[in-house]
Amino acid sequence: MNLTLKIWRQKNAQSKGKMVDYKVTEISEHMSFLEMMDVLNEQLVNSGEEPIAFDHDCREGICGMCSMYINGEAHGPDRGITTCQLHMRMFKDGDTITIEPFRAKAFPVIKDLVVDRTSFERIQQAGGYISVNTSGNTQDANAIPISKHAADEAMDAATCIGCGACVATCKNSSAMLFVGAKISQYALLPQGQVEAVDRVNNMVAQMDLEGFGNCTNIGACEVECPKGISLENIARMNREFLKANVKG
Amino acid sequence: MSGFFKSSIGRKFTMALSAFFLMFFLLQHFAINFLSVLNPDAFNEVSHFMGTNPLIQYVLQPVLLFGVVYHFVMGFILEIKNRSSRVVKYAKNNGSANSTWMSRNMIYSGLFILIFLVIHFIDFWIPELNTKYVQGDMSGLLADGEGYRYYEELQHKFLPPWRIALYCLGFIFLALHLLHGFNSAFQSVGANNKYTKGLKGFGKAYAILVPLGFIVIALFHHFNH
Ligand code: HEM
Ligand code: SF4
Ligand code: FES
Repeated sequence: MNLTLKIWRQKNAQSKGKMVDYKVTEISEHMSFLEMMDVLNEQLVNSGEEPIAFDHDCREGICGMCSMYINGEAHGPDRGITTCQLHMRMFKDGDTITIEPFRAKAFPVIKDLVVDRTSFERIQQAGGYISVNTSGNTQDANAIPISKHAADEAMDAATCIGCGACVATCKNSSAMLFVGAKISQYALLPQGQVEAVDRVNNMVAQMDLEGFGNCTNIGACEVECPKGISLENIARMNREFLKANVKG
Repeated sequence: MSGFFKSSIGRKFTMALSAFFLMFFLLQHFAINFLSVLNPDAFNEVSHFMGTNPLIQYVLQPVLLFGVVYHFVMGFILEIKNRSSRVVKYAKNNGSANSTWMSRNMIYSGLFILIFLVIHFIDFWIPELNTKYVQGDMSGLLADGEGYRYYEELQHKFLPPWRIALYCLGFIFLALHLLHGFNSAFQSVGANNKYTKGLKGFGKAYAILVPLGFIVIALFHHFNH
């Protein structure tokens, strides 16, 4: 198929950037979206132009790097997938596709479609961990009884790959689905209880400091999340935060 | 605790608390207004009680006023914060692919409700304050002393078509606001559990039936005086 692409080009973090039109031809419907981008970049390199910078790594929906806002949706029109898992058969011959970087004040553009998501890492560092003794006396995790239900829910929360699609999609650029998932994966398990108060307080404080917006329960994040992280995680974070503040 | 009220989640929580209070008030307001359709005498009695009872006048009324002001002021503060969290907007954004119109436009439905409330206050509340606390007439009686004035004043207010139109529009926006808001408030206070599905249906019913009820009352008095 033949396509027109409208792509955000921006030299570096300081420059202004603009949408630029490109044409690609003979794209197979079996290609992934990133492979289509590769074709375009090859074309650009061959004609002596600067290729389009975009993030990617695993190309199998695990790493969460492939941030692209395609035709007005994070990771494009399909559901439960990342951009690398998006197939060109979702588009028709002759389509015009708009491709933008994930947009949020806390995700500044580095170049073209590449954004800086280290704000997520700083939130994780503020409390998204448990402190365990690794001196050789580590307790076997299987020795701690955990209900199947809690283990399943914690695992569901832990499948968040930190891609940032929730922030990119959210009208408020809120990071609460991500932070809710990261808090929930510990809140549901006994190992997470010891540091629960500090965890939620510090992670929420860091989230606010980074300049993410405030959730208004629109639910777009849950729809666009490649891992199907549920809004229940945000409700759980709200409860954890409330509990932590009542306890003091 | 002061950090709590400055934090994103704390604000979300207090926003929901004010909204719960407003939704409870709305139901109570509807119940009393509906009396005016069923039984004018009972409506007069209850209105007089509500208008002169010290607990309601000096405790609940200020709480209500605070609730309304807090809700829309915090609504504006959050809206400004949220807008500033995305400096460069998307060239193409397909919001309807993943969320409802109501949820994305709370500030606009809220803004219209605010305009409605200002007019509503000028229509009913300020004249009440004037009669009771400026002129000092706590009797609740008509000028000629023949019975209570509340029902008569209500009927009189609903004569002009422009006011009926404005009220209907105001309640349509309220319905849109509540179609998202009712269930959103539960999520904000952390209530998302096995009852949430059932509550969604209840929320929809509340959001449509209560404003519709107010519209029916307004139309009733317009055509039936
Ligand atoms: C006076 C004008 C009003 C304005 C400007 C306004 C504005 C807003 C805004 C911007 C929100 C979204 C914030 C959020 O969801 O966190 C909101 C939420 C809400 N509003 Fe209003 N509103 C107004 C009046 C009302 C009234 C009269 C009611 C009910 C009778 C109401 C019920 C709600 C509910 C239930 C929510 C959801 C709360 C939550 O998500 O936690 N609002 N309002
Ligand atoms: S919650 Fe979903 S959308 Fe958000 S960062 Fe995690 S995986 Fe990505
Ligand atoms: S490149 Fe790793 S998830 Fe897409």
